[in-house]
Amino acid sequence: MAVPLRAPARPAARERLAVTGPSGTRRRRIRENWAQYVAVSPFYVLFLVFGLFPIACSIALSFTDWDGIGDIEFVGLAQYSYLLQDPRFWNAVTTTMIIWVISTVPMLLLALLMAFLLHQNIRFKGFYRVAFFVPNVTSMVAMAIVFGSVFSDTFGLVNSALTALGADALPWLSTDWGIRVTIAVMVIWRWTGYNAIIYLAGLQAVPTELYDAAKVDGAGFWRMFTSITIPMLRPVILFTVITSTIGGLGLFTEPQILLGDGGGPNEAGMTIVLYQYNQAFTQFDFGYGSAIAWALFLLAAVFAAINWRLLSERDTVRTKRQGAGR
Amino acid sequence: MSLRERPATAVEPGLHKAGRGPGSAPRQLLSSAVTHLCILIGVLLSLYPFYWLLVMATSTTGEIFSYPPKLLPGDNFGTNFSNLLANVDLLSSLVNTIIVAGASALLVVLLDSLAAFAFAKYDFPGKGPLFLVVMATFLFPANLSLVPSFWLMSELGWVGGLQALIVPGAANAFGIFLLRQFAMSSIPDELIESARIDGAGFFRTWWSIGLPMLRGGLAFLGIFTFITVWNDYVWPLIVLNNPARQTLQTSLASLNTAYSNDIGLIMAGAFVSVLPLIGVFLIGSRHFIANIAAGALKG
Repeated sequence: MAVPLRAPARPAARERLAVTGPSGTRRRRIRENWAQYVAVSPFYVLFLVFGLFPIACSIALSFTDWDGIGDIEFVGLAQYSYLLQDPRFWNAVTTTMIIWVISTVPMLLLALLMAFLLHQNIRFKGFYRVAFFVPNVTSMVAMAIVFGSVFSDTFGLVNSALTALGADALPWLSTDWGIRVTIAVMVIWRWTGYNAIIYLAGLQAVPTELYDAAKVDGAGFWRMFTSITIPMLRPVILFTVITSTIGGLGLFTEPQILLGDGGGPNEAGMTIVLYQYNQAFTQFDFGYGSAIAWALFLLAAVFAAINWRLLSERDTVRTKRQGAGR
Repeated sequence: MSLRERPATAVEPGLHKAGRGPGSAPRQLLSSAVTHLCILIGVLLSLYPFYWLLVMATSTTGEIFSYPPKLLPGDNFGTNFSNLLANVDLLSSLVNTIIVAGASALLVVLLDSLAAFAFAKYDFPGKGPLFLVVMATFLFPANLSLVPSFWLMSELGWVGGLQALIVPGAANAFGIFLLRQFAMSSIPDELIESARIDGAGFFRTWWSIGLPMLRGGLAFLGIFTFITVWNDYVWPLIVLNNPARQTLQTSLASLNTAYSNDIGLIMAGAFVSVLPLIGVFLIGSRHFIANIAAGALKG
């Protein structure tokens, strides 16, 4: 952080606020607030060194062929032209997106339903909230192992239940959709309670007068739900969509524990981060791994930009609302 | 189930805590029963995997493979656990995990509270843009760039060391953002002003006013960080290349591949790695959940 350390030319300038130019005032204020800059700097230093710097350096790495130990060979754009034609990479992109959709949509709907139920005047609310939240704080490695055996093709609890009910056992961990659904179930299990708690807090923040007024106007339940609840929850829903996007793009532990480094049969569970890991740390192809990291970075940037836009739209709405209230 | 299919009465009592008609008692009882039933199904789905983990951790591998499945806990936990300890140095993994999670929690609490206090309570040139940068980094997934980060660690000579797990995450956007909300709503400007008049500088004010008044937020952030770091998997997997120095999660994962024919042993390992964390969570669960929700709402 560049903090000007020069001594003021004229110490008396402090007293003459009005005549000092805007830039002089600014410099003085920067000097006066040095401690605040020191206080916020650790975050930026760590972010620059461990976040931005490696990403920037890896662009150089992505133009090379390197196994992590031997000579680094410059190959120009070869990694990227390979990436664009690599069916395994595109499979990883598709897989990540599919799992993201089939986990996020049911998860958020279920969370909304659960929040609605919990919002009623019921007993044991405290216990229910804790019970819904526990999955979120447990080790995903341990629980992925548990889910792996629950969905096992041969001895799994799910298949035992299906057989007991007279249905056919399903090959969960050996078919494309079985694998995707199993991973999505793990994500849903882990995150529904978290999102429900957030929706519940959002519901509790909606003033009851709004519903009373709507009821006086003769609005039914569905009308109140769509015209009051959903609009009032919009910022909260946005938050959950954003966190789910961030989590969905980084999906790794569930498929890696469930299926191993190879992503399972037909690579049906190969997510982008798992593919990056696979290429760099099991095939020792650091150049290509860097190219994948960059592709993922671009993808995340696109999603971040969309999210950012949604967020600022929301701020505009909020400002307008506040303006109208005055 | 879609929301549309549910009877309107199932929801209305919550929306109108005061306005209940006298004639609707039976309907209310029914809707309340339906509500409880739905919630109980949710609770069951939420907790069953833990119960199943308990069942498997206390059963022999033969029992786990049996059909029809044995649905009650067995008495084989002792054997599974001693097999586990004979094969894996779980204790050293546990110690490493506690060191990494504890150090991370402490650093995050200190560094994030410094930044949050400055952002919430002081005005300085460039504050707006600087905070925007914090927010922007929030939108990127962690572990985005495994290869570049690993490369940096090998350049620093940190591969295999626990500092590689602690230092990069020692300050984070989430905590700064959260504590800033706490500081804005709970520390009155007058206190800061009177500290300034008394001649206290920024760091003095942070230490004697900021930290004590942010206690609740700091406790939450500390526990949250501890839990998150405890559960971290992909980064330790990459950076801890020495089999003798692992965390619980990476030990558990290698257990899962190395002893795939002894499910009872694996599940005993999973069980003991999940248990302490649930304990940490349950101690402060009410507070913890309220804070998670508050952080999201204010965001």
